[in-house]
Amino acid sequence: MQIRTREFVPRATFALHDPNLQRALANAAGGFIGKRAKAVAEVPEFEALREAARVRKDEILAELDLWLERYEERVRAVGGQVHWARDAEEARAIIRALCARAGAKTVAKGKSMVSEEIGLNEALATDGLEVIETDLGEYIVQLAKEPPSHIIAPAVHKTKEQVAELFAEHHGTTPEPTVPGLVTEAREQLRCQFFRTDVGITGANFLIAETGASVIVTNEGNGDLTQTLARVHIVTAGIEKVVPTLEDATLFLRLLARSATGQDSETYTTYSMGPRRADDPDGPQEYHVVLVDNGRSRMLGGPWREMLRCIRCGACMNHCPVYGAIGGHAYGWVYPGPMGSVLTPLFVGLDTAYDLPNACTLNGRCGEVCPVKIPLPDLIREVRHAQQRDGLHPPAEQRAKALWRRAAERPALYHGLERLAVRLLATLGQNGRIRRLPGLSAWTDARDLPAPAGRTFLELWHAKGRDQ
Amino acid sequence: MPLPPDRAGTVGLFATCLMNAMRPNIGFAAAQLLEDAGWRVEVPREQTCCGQPAYNGGDEDAARALARRTIAQFEAFDALVAPSGSCLATLKHDYPRLLRDDPLWAGRAQALADKSWELLTFLHERGGAERIRSRFPHRVVYHDSCSGLRQLGIREAPRALLARVEGLTLIEAEDREVCCGFGGTFSVKYPALSERLAENKVQRLLATRAEVVLGGDLGCLLHLAGRLARICAPVRVYHTVEVLAGLADGPGIGQA
Ligand code: SF4
Repeated sequence: MQIRTREFVPRATFALHDPNLQRALANAAGGFIGKRAKAVAEVPEFEALREAARVRKDEILAELDLWLERYEERVRAVGGQVHWARDAEEARAIIRALCARAGAKTVAKGKSMVSEEIGLNEALATDGLEVIETDLGEYIVQLAKEPPSHIIAPAVHKTKEQVAELFAEHHGTTPEPTVPGLVTEAREQLRCQFFRTDVGITGANFLIAETGASVIVTNEGNGDLTQTLARVHIVTAGIEKVVPTLEDATLFLRLLARSATGQDSETYTTYSMGPRRADDPDGPQEYHVVLVDNGRSRMLGGPWREMLRCIRCGACMNHCPVYGAIGGHAYGWVYPGPMGSVLTPLFVGLDTAYDLPNACTLNGRCGEVCPVKIPLPDLIREVRHAQQRDGLHPPAEQRAKALWRRAAERPALYHGLERLAVRLLATLGQNGRIRRLPGLSAWTDARDLPAPAGRTFLELWHAKGRDQ
Repeated sequence: MPLPPDRAGTVGLFATCLMNAMRPNIGFAAAQLLEDAGWRVEVPREQTCCGQPAYNGGDEDAARALARRTIAQFEAFDALVAPSGSCLATLKHDYPRLLRDDPLWAGRAQALADKSWELLTFLHERGGAERIRSRFPHRVVYHDSCSGLRQLGIREAPRALLARVEGLTLIEAEDREVCCGFGGTFSVKYPALSERLAENKVQRLLATRAEVVLGGDLGCLLHLAGRLARICAPVRVYHTVEVLAGLADGPGIGQA
């Protein structure tokens, strides 16, 4: 996927003024937040579950290499193959080779953020393969030639009317702009496609080490079809997706469904394990798992380790006021919202994704809802610190910060400057406020600046001889 | 009314940068509430900023330097109290973390964190609420600021204290846990985003038909008062402590 993180500010500004997007976002936010709150309220031990999940994920990450080896062994034992990809390029090369060997013409894909991360669709298209997205949201953005704007609801930025128009244009039909109408329409179009696919590529929500199974959850059942009807099934997953046991997966699945969509569990939870056996009624002839590192093992050893607990539920973006105002495309890459503000700079560069961690108020609601208790605001701040160490903050800001620091360490100077500023601002005030302040127009373009009275608290207090 | 013995100490009042410059009345209100509760109040002359702008802006080094200064200024008091949840969150949560690896300062940072309080929580939990004698016959809506709400759990205290004010009617806004879009330097680094979040918040506040907006952090209040003034909304804005101390008889924030 093309990296457009440098365009954050213009794209965010545009998003703020896109009426369709604003309508879609308002609908979505209301739904996600309300449903999650209700689902969480139904489970009195939800907080205890979050804590258990945090602890368990950390334990697993501490022995990740061990669990990955165990997983690979089990996959082999049931007749599957595991491929290790150090980076996006290796991952693409492995999958392209597998498709070529299978003589594939058509590839069906279930939703997979890792496949977006490694730019798989573009690579397959270069090889002349037809890629059919089977997740409804992915299918919509594919028709619209857009990237997904949310990690669990890729087309959340579109209104029903926009989707109906898109279907009309591509299918030559006139679907009703209602959710059931559109789902039926997409289903009819996709059904027949499933039967012509050679290779099915899915993501994985979890990989279970004790059995070698991969688990995906969907609400449309497209995952099942993608992986059972094709001759070759390829699972792509980040290395952090492995969990030791089915019991572990169950804990995370409970949290995932409630946090993501407010369901007790998603409609379909699909387990897949190796190729078709002699007495299986269906299933693929070949079963491959591509385990993608792409910087993850580096994260394991650093200050961002906790980010590897992420189970990609999307709750942080659903509760983020900035995401709610601009949607996912403004973030310019695969991962939007709070989790993306940590991950994207680590994947594409602290410089290239400069704005993401900075365009955040640190209000903390994301961290409060994260099912695996990732301290997102702290990690976002940590990225800013790393940017500071690399000298990436704008030069004017760096100078201002350095001057401010020198003053703040010298009380006489600091208080003197404060007294001066306060007097100056007081003379500019009219009716208690300043309407325009050259030099601080970033503030006064949107708001008045309340004018101070002309004396600081410290000078008034000490003038009264109160103490010291 | 005799005072309980645990309130015989001296409190260092932390004069937050914004309060010091933009709204001294909040400082006087804070001091009055603390004195009414039986504490001796001192305001160290040499205090400056807690360092939060540096910390959030990426400059850990500057934040550390300012943390050490603040600790040295305040560690002799029985308690540090500030009329701001945001600065307090920095003192309580970030100082120990920032100085964790500094053998000379780690213990001192934790000791100060342990006796640092946001003013409303201090009155609510350590006593003094019963001495609030103020009258404010208005319909008010209280804005929860994010740092106080999430890092310090300030939710009950302001509401409980405001319930003691004669004539005051508290109305709750919708989406009260949603950020107002101030975010410190965010407000000037990403003005268009900040404006949109402010507008969303202001509409929720106005929908309550309250006459007055109260809050516990001056940053958010300057931002909201500025936005309300810009759209000519007939609403007054005060810091909660001004109302509790009976010092909300003057013009509201951003008014004359
Ligand atoms: S960071 Fe937490 S809330 Fe956000 S997607 Fe990951 S698990 Fe979900």
